[in-house]
Amino acid sequence: MVACNNGAGGYKGIPFNRQKTVVNALRIIKNMQEIKPPAHTTGSVRWLKDNLFNTWYNVLLSCLALIFLFFAFKGLLTWAFTEAKWGVIPANLQLFGVGAYPREQIWRVWSVIYILCVLVGLSAGMWGGLTLRFALVLVGICFIGGLSPFELSTRGWFLGAVATTVVSLFLGRGRTGLRPWILGAWLLSFPLIMIVLRGFGENGVLTSNWGGLLLTLILAVVGIVVSFPLGVFLALCRQSNLPAIRWVSTAYIEMVRGVPLITILFMGSILIPIFMPGLDINQVLRMMIGITFFSAAYMAENVRGGLQGIPRGQHEAAQAIGLNYAQTMLLIVLPQALRSVIPAIVGQFIALFKDTSLVAIIGLIDLLGVARSVIANPDWFGLQAEVYLFAAIIYFVFSYSMSYGSQEIEDALRVGEI
Amino acid sequence: MHKFLFRVSAFVLAIALVVPLLAEGEEGILDKVKNRGRLICGVNKELPGFGFLGQDGEWKGFDVDYGRAIAAAVLGDPNKVEFRPLKAAERFPALQTGEIDVLIRNTTWTLTRDTDLGADFCPPTFYDGQGFMLRKELGITSLKELAGATIGVTAGSTTELNLADTTRALGIEVESIVFEETETLYQSYDQGRCDAVTSDKSQLVSRRQSLKNPDDHIILDVTISKEPLGPVTVHGDNKWNDVVSWVVYATFSAEEHGITQANVSTFKPENTENPEIKRFLGLDESGGMGEKLGLSKDWARQVIAAVGNYGEIFDRNLTPLGLPRGVNKPWTQGGLLYAMPFR
Repeated sequence: MVACNNGAGGYKGIPFNRQKTVVNALRIIKNMQEIKPPAHTTGSVRWLKDNLFNTWYNVLLSCLALIFLFFAFKGLLTWAFTEAKWGVIPANLQLFGVGAYPREQIWRVWSVIYILCVLVGLSAGMWGGLTLRFALVLVGICFIGGLSPFELSTRGWFLGAVATTVVSLFLGRGRTGLRPWILGAWLLSFPLIMIVLRGFGENGVLTSNWGGLLLTLILAVVGIVVSFPLGVFLALCRQSNLPAIRWVSTAYIEMVRGVPLITILFMGSILIPIFMPGLDINQVLRMMIGITFFSAAYMAENVRGGLQGIPRGQHEAAQAIGLNYAQTMLLIVLPQALRSVIPAIVGQFIALFKDTSLVAIIGLIDLLGVARSVIANPDWFGLQAEVYLFAAIIYFVFSYSMSYGSQEIEDALRVGEI
Repeated sequence: MHKFLFRVSAFVLAIALVVPLLAEGEEGILDKVKNRGRLICGVNKELPGFGFLGQDGEWKGFDVDYGRAIAAAVLGDPNKVEFRPLKAAERFPALQTGEIDVLIRNTTWTLTRDTDLGADFCPPTFYDGQGFMLRKELGITSLKELAGATIGVTAGSTTELNLADTTRALGIEVESIVFEETETLYQSYDQGRCDAVTSDKSQLVSRRQSLKNPDDHIILDVTISKEPLGPVTVHGDNKWNDVVSWVVYATFSAEEHGITQANVSTFKPENTENPEIKRFLGLDESGGMGEKLGLSKDWARQVIAAVGNYGEIFDRNLTPLGLPRGVNKPWTQGGLLYAMPFR
C-alpha cells in the first residue's frame, strides 16, 4: 500500500536489489485490477439470477410480483399521463410557494433566498462535501427555475440566485479560517430573515399573509433550531441531582408528551386569547411556540437516551482531570451522547416538519392549507389528486433531504463505531 | 382528589369568564378597527365562490367581498382588511375572544347561536337551503321516492341532522353515508358509491359543475331547511353591529336604486334629484347617515365603489358557479333582499 502511494517517486527505504521485485509485484497487482470477472458472474443480470430467479418457486413469485406491480402502477401511470390535469400545479406555483404573501412585496422573499444563497455558497466553499452537494442542488433548482417559462422578472431572480451562489462559493473556497464567522452569520441570519419577511408596521407583511411552503419552512426551521437546545437543556435538567429542577423538567416532559400536538395548537389558538385578552400575539408566533415546546419534550427524551448510554467512567474521568460540570457536559458527555442519538433526533426533526401541516387546522395557510384552498377554487374543481400528490412530493423531498443529510453526518462522525 | 380537580376547574372557568368581561367594555370594536387601521375578518378558506385564496394570492369570494365592503365603509380602503381563515368549530371562540372583528363565514343564523353563543347576527346576505342532488336516470322527483336510497352527507354539519329530521318526518328509511371531507363526498358520489348527496343548494349547484357529466345529475326541487347566511358580530357591541348591518343594507339599497360600481361616481349633488339617493350617498348638505353610524359622510359611496351593489357581488362570485339568483333578489323582484330605509 505504501509503495503504491509513493508512485513513481522511487521507493525509499527499500534496498535496491529488491526494488525490481516490488515493481514486478506492482505490475501484477495492476494487471489483476484490469482483468474483469466474466460478464455473467456480475452486474444486474447475475444479481437477478441469483436473487429473483434462482429456484422455481422464486421464479414464480417474481413473476407474480411483477404482474402485480404492473397492474398496481398501470392505473397510476395511465392516470398520471392521460387523465391528470397537471395544469393546476404551474398555474398555482406561486401560491404553493408563498400563499397570500402580497405579490408586490415578493422581493422580501427573494431577499431571503439571496441571503441563504450567499451563506450556502460560502459554507460550500469552506467545507465542501455535503454542503457543496447541497449548494449544487440549490444551483440546479434555481437554474431550472431560470429556464422555466415564468415571468421574466421571476426568471431573472432565479438566475441571479444561481450567480450569487456560485460567486459566494468561489469567494469562500479554501478560506477555512473564516468558518467560525460563517457559523455566527448563520445564527444572525435567523432574526434578519424574520425582519426582512415581516417588515415594519402596517407597511410590512402581516404574518397572517405568510403562507405556503414559506410558512411550512419557517415553522419547521424555527421549531428545529429552538427546540434542539431546549430539549438538551430539559434532558440535562431531568438528570440533575437537584430534585426541584428534576421534578419540574420531568413534569413538563410528561405533560407535553401526554397530549397530542393538535390540542397544544388549539390551546395556543383559542385559550391564549381567553386567558390573556388584549395581548395580541399573532397566530404564527403562537404556532411556533406550540410546535417548539412540543418538540422540545420529545427531543429531551431522545437526548436523555443518549446521556444514559454514556458510561459513568466518562463523568468520573472528566472530574478527575479537573473539569467542572459545564465543561464535563459540553466537552465530554454531550458530544458522545448526541452523536449516538443522531438518527432519533433527525427522526424527530422530520416528524416536526410534517407536523407543521397541523397548523392548517387552526387557519394558517401552510403548504397543505394552500393545497386545500386551490382545490376550493372553482377553476380547479375535482383536481384534488393532482394537488395532494404534488404537496406529498414536496414534503417527501424535504423529509428525504433531511434523512440523507443525517446519514452523511453519521458517516462523517462514524456513528456506531467505537 | 375529585373535589380538588373540581375546584381547579371551577377556578380556571371563573377566570376564563371574568377576565374578558374586565378587559372589554371601554373601547368599542368600531374604534378599535379605526385605531388599528385594519379590519380583521374571519372567513372560510375553502368554500368555492364564498371564500378561497385566488391564484394570485388574493382572497376572493362573496363573503370576502363583504369583508372588503366593511373595510371600505369604516376605513375608506377595501384593502385594509386582514382575512383570517377559520374552521367551523373555531369561528365562535374567535369572535368571542375578539380575535376577529366580524365573522363572515357562511354562518347560519339560528336561535341557539344568537343566544347561547354570544353572537349578534346581521341581515343575511345569502339565503341558502338544504337540497338533494341525484342521478337523473333514477327518475326520482320527490323526497318520498328516496326511501331505501343511500345518501352522502358531510360529518358534523347541520345537514346531517336535517336529513335525519326530514326522513323521520316523512317516515322513510334511508341509509346515510357520512364523509369527513366535502371533496371526498362528491368524488364518491361521482363514482357511484351513493345514490344521492344532500347539502346546501349553493354547494350542490357549484359542485355539479365538477362532476364528470354534470347533465346526468339533477337537483331536486325541494328545500328541507332554511339557511340564512350572513355576517356575525360579537354580542353586546350594538354600535358595531349597526355598522356591519348597514353596510349590508347599502349593497341591497344600491341595487334597488340601480347604483353600480361603474356609475357611482357619476352621482353628483348637482345632477341627483332623488332625495333618498342623495341621503344614501351623502350628497346632501347635512352630515348624512354616516355621522349617525360613526362613519364618514360618503361611506356608502366607498362601499359601492369598492365592491359594487349586491347584484354585482353576486354576479362576480356566484354566477360563474352556475348559481341562480333564486330568492336572493331585491324584494321589488319578488326576492327576500329588503333594505331598511336610509332615513
